[in-house]
Amino acid sequence: MAQPGQDAKFFQRGKIEELRSELQAAEAKDKKFVKRKTVLKRIVANITMGNDMSPLFNDVVQCLGTPLLEIKKMVYLYLISYGRSRPNQIHLVIPYFLQDVNDRNPLIRALAIRTMSYIPIPVVTEALTENLRHCLKDRDAYVRKTAAICVAKLYAADPRKAEKGGFVEMLRDLMLDSNATVVANAVAALSEIGDRQDGVIFKLNLATANKLLHALEESSEWGQIYILDSLLRYVPERHADAEQMSERIIVQLQHANSAVVLTTIKALLYLMNYMEDRKLIEACCRKMGPPLVTLLSSGPEVQYVALRNILLIIQRRPAVLKNDVRVFFCKYNDPIYVKLAKLEIMYRLARVENASEVLAELQEYATEVDIDFVRKAVRSIGRLAIKVEPAADKSIEALLSLLETKVSYVVQEAIIVIKDIFRRYPGKYEGVIPTLCGHLDLIDEPESKAAMVWILGQYANRIDNADELLDVMLDGFLNEAVEVQLALLTAAVKLFIYKSGSESAKELVHKVLKWATEDVDNPDLRDRGFMYWRMLAINPSVAGEIVLAEKPPITTDSDRMDRGALDQLLLHTGTIGSIYHKNPETFIRNAVGKALIDSPALNANSRATLVALPRPQLPDMPIVVAGPGPQEPSAQRPDPPPAASISKPLPQPEEGEEGEEGEGEEQENGAESDHDDVPDPSKAGDPYSSLSDAFRDYLTDRPQPITSTSRQRHEDDDLLF
Amino acid sequence: MISAFFIFNQKGEVLISRLYRPDFKRSIADVFRIQVVSNSDVRSPIITLGSTSFFHVRVNNLFINIGKSYFGKVDEESVKNNFVLIYELIDEICDFGYPQNSEIDTLKTYITTESIVSTSAVAAEESSKITMQATGATNWRRGDVKYKKNEAFVDVVETVNLSMSAKGTILRADVDGHIQMRAYLSGTPECKFGLNDKLVIDKSEHGTSDAVELDDCRFHQCVRLHDFNSSRTISFIPPDGEFELMRYRSTSNVKLPLRIIPTVNEIGTSQVQYTITVKTNFDTKLSATNVVLRIPTPLNTTSVDCKVANGKAKYVPAENVVVWKLPRIQGGQECTFLGTAYLTSTTTRQVWARPPIDVDFQVLMFTASGLIVRFLKVFEKSSYQSIKWVRYLTKAEGTYQIRGAYVFCAVRAVLRVA
Repeated sequence: MAQPGQDAKFFQRGKIEELRSELQAAEAKDKKFVKRKTVLKRIVANITMGNDMSPLFNDVVQCLGTPLLEIKKMVYLYLISYGRSRPNQIHLVIPYFLQDVNDRNPLIRALAIRTMSYIPIPVVTEALTENLRHCLKDRDAYVRKTAAICVAKLYAADPRKAEKGGFVEMLRDLMLDSNATVVANAVAALSEIGDRQDGVIFKLNLATANKLLHALEESSEWGQIYILDSLLRYVPERHADAEQMSERIIVQLQHANSAVVLTTIKALLYLMNYMEDRKLIEACCRKMGPPLVTLLSSGPEVQYVALRNILLIIQRRPAVLKNDVRVFFCKYNDPIYVKLAKLEIMYRLARVENASEVLAELQEYATEVDIDFVRKAVRSIGRLAIKVEPAADKSIEALLSLLETKVSYVVQEAIIVIKDIFRRYPGKYEGVIPTLCGHLDLIDEPESKAAMVWILGQYANRIDNADELLDVMLDGFLNEAVEVQLALLTAAVKLFIYKSGSESAKELVHKVLKWATEDVDNPDLRDRGFMYWRMLAINPSVAGEIVLAEKPPITTDSDRMDRGALDQLLLHTGTIGSIYHKNPETFIRNAVGKALIDSPALNANSRATLVALPRPQLPDMPIVVAGPGPQEPSAQRPDPPPAASISKPLPQPEEGEEGEEGEGEEQENGAESDHDDVPDPSKAGDPYSSLSDAFRDYLTDRPQPITSTSRQRHEDDDLLF
Repeated sequence: MISAFFIFNQKGEVLISRLYRPDFKRSIADVFRIQVVSNSDVRSPIITLGSTSFFHVRVNNLFINIGKSYFGKVDEESVKNNFVLIYELIDEICDFGYPQNSEIDTLKTYITTESIVSTSAVAAEESSKITMQATGATNWRRGDVKYKKNEAFVDVVETVNLSMSAKGTILRADVDGHIQMRAYLSGTPECKFGLNDKLVIDKSEHGTSDAVELDDCRFHQCVRLHDFNSSRTISFIPPDGEFELMRYRSTSNVKLPLRIIPTVNEIGTSQVQYTITVKTNFDTKLSATNVVLRIPTPLNTTSVDCKVANGKAKYVPAENVVVWKLPRIQGGQECTFLGTAYLTSTTTRQVWARPPIDVDFQVLMFTASGLIVRFLKVFEKSSYQSIKWVRYLTKAEGTYQIRGAYVFCAVRAVLRVA
């Protein structure tokens, strides 16, 4: 590689035979090993392109004798790719490995163990275990730090063997190493092991945590991340401990690396749960804001990660960023995912003080091109009206002017939110109903249809031609979505109660009741139909009191996430979980859940909403997936997690998952009593769907794993394993 | 953690593939290609399929930095041309999915573009030094750097973000600044860096009104954050060569270098008249260079008549904008654009989203935040003399926007009936 930049020519398909003969030819007369180097490069290029080079195993291994580091590295790369599929020939390489492990050059020693640990085959693992022990005590820090990660790899290949070999204890000792990089890698390895379902539990006590903090100052940026992350494994017993610790790490907020900043924020948010000093908590919140905003001047991908995290953080700690709504105003050229995420944050930060600014922005967005974005903007205007009372007048005005655009999706979104506004401010805005009725022809989606029908029914006494309008909407009743059918049924009954004298209303309600009870398969609809029918038959005036009962005004409280769920999710700040707003165990197989752990220092509110964490959470059986793919070794291991010497066991969960969920569901039904729950068919096959109930009707545009969303791709995606 | 690392080209061909974890097969690259690379409507940089989450960046930042210093630029060709080197690099940067070291200077020591013969004793000794550095407390600097002439260059570069409403109210004006340093200093120099005297960093401290206020600042890992926290001094041992010392953000007292005053009038439904004035807001000795205004026109524009006294203005139909380029505007100068767009009577039903007027420019020796470098002191054992250079640059690239001042009511009403 004396002249870099000439290797593109190697990217062409090579025939196995050809490459082999070239390698053999290179054995004789190869000055400075140029030929061998060339052939190996071609092989590596072919591996990259996805061509199977494994038949060349023997020939490539022969090259290990060449005393050239570059060739050695390429051969090792080859071994990492194909070593696993050649268990019968791998013994050929072992002598070379053993020689390299004892090389005088620390880089080569490290390279050897690193490569070996990538090949999880018993012969190699055997050889590795022997030498890893020395390497963990090597006088060279580079070898030690590499060895620390190798332990994690060994553990992944064979946990019990790694435990028996005493490697976990050795890692623990490495946490006290004099070199900060070694410490950081030992922590990373222990965290990896601790995150396994069957792994040794990794917890920190105060003394160790403080030692790690000491190493923090000397570590590289990535090392700092591992150490900061591990602080979540320390449970403060006293307020003062948490407070001191947060004061020590808060300076890391000034780090240039975004990941360091996010991890510091995660650690601070965690420690704040155990703190008492109000002033200090406020100071932490204040200091967290600016670095979060600064993340928004990075590339759009980092911005998106930051935005999704900010959305979580401001729900738990509203003091953070409360005066910064302007930085979330969308730029014209922001990518759409950034815009959508910003919109959600703008709504959450909206208060009386900034409502008019926010509203002006939302109106601006409502005339943009992207349909999703426009819809969300319109919906946010309505939600703003519900959330901030003084802004309601202006918001309604804005919505009405949007109706004038006559753009179908704008009108539909507007109607959905106007319905909620009616319920939030009863008797205040019903004057706009005639305007709404003028746009019936633009409504074609179930949600907006249901909303419009609800309005027609609820205010049938104020709309002269309500019966005509409803009658029009009843066309095609049998082909409507269930939510529309339910709304129509209720609206027809309301109409009849308002105008019981009217012949057409009587006819209409009769028609609908008959459809609902005789022609429809949906049990909810049928039951409701029978119920109404009987009520009307037995005592129409009581029926009126029931159907038109006073409704509690709605608030926006319900779209804030549950406190316990938030506390739990914030433990995942800066990870994928915080982007999807889902706990990782709900979408990643084998992921272990996290939850706040009780201690005398935990604040009372967090304790009250503590989420019990069963362990393990997923069914302990192999997940069967159609199609080819290797078996999962971890799923079949019945061994219980052994008690670890470094840790106390986790407290047992106090109550089962079921009990809690049941409660959540009940509340949900209570909150939405007006339009009954429709079971979501897409959730039926998803064993984790019930977990998301913890978030209730928390409204966001939810980025989420594709499996359980509308795309309905379910198992197909898992084929790759 | 990172389970696998891929570099794809535009077509979705794999240029580099490195699997860090045994639970992955290479076939996930194909899945990714199908789902993301060939999907034109990607609405999130993160996507989860099954239990695998893909985080993708169009151009990986970290990688581009390292890539740049090794082989100039990163594109498909250079990735292919240096693939072996890249494999070595990503193996050093990341082990088992845990990022290890991304300092260019250190990586250069052990991943060289020269071949190493592994058996010599010298190499072993060399290597020990390298490993010391890779794991040491100042892993970003070699100890044996020597220069004949000791120099340090400091570039203060500020990007102004402006978002102004049609009525001229400032919705948002802030500055993203970074201080780029090129240190060519021998030995292990200890540097101290001083900014404005009246610098307010924590907003709650309330400075005087003329003080420069920074909302936030972030430092390269070489800066001792504890020192900064206790005494507001920026002290560090710099990496050798170029690096970003500091990044900051300021939202108060932002001096906007250019003021744009747009007036747009419709004449019936067939014409739109523009008068756009650019005023400078800085010292007459300074000048703004490479000024480019992009003025959006309605979608049904057929032609635009442009009259400018300075620079060149041209209608670009493909982008529906008039591009007005001004190579230089001296401080105190004022430039005006007069234009008329002719519209066809339209039957198109495309929605026009009223994009903002966008201004790009550069102003040398000017900082919009008012930040000034007061001093840079270098202390080294051999106490050599060093020369320091400071430059300032304020610029805007797609961030300086004046929102559509004009609502083409008539046109829009026609367009919106969809």
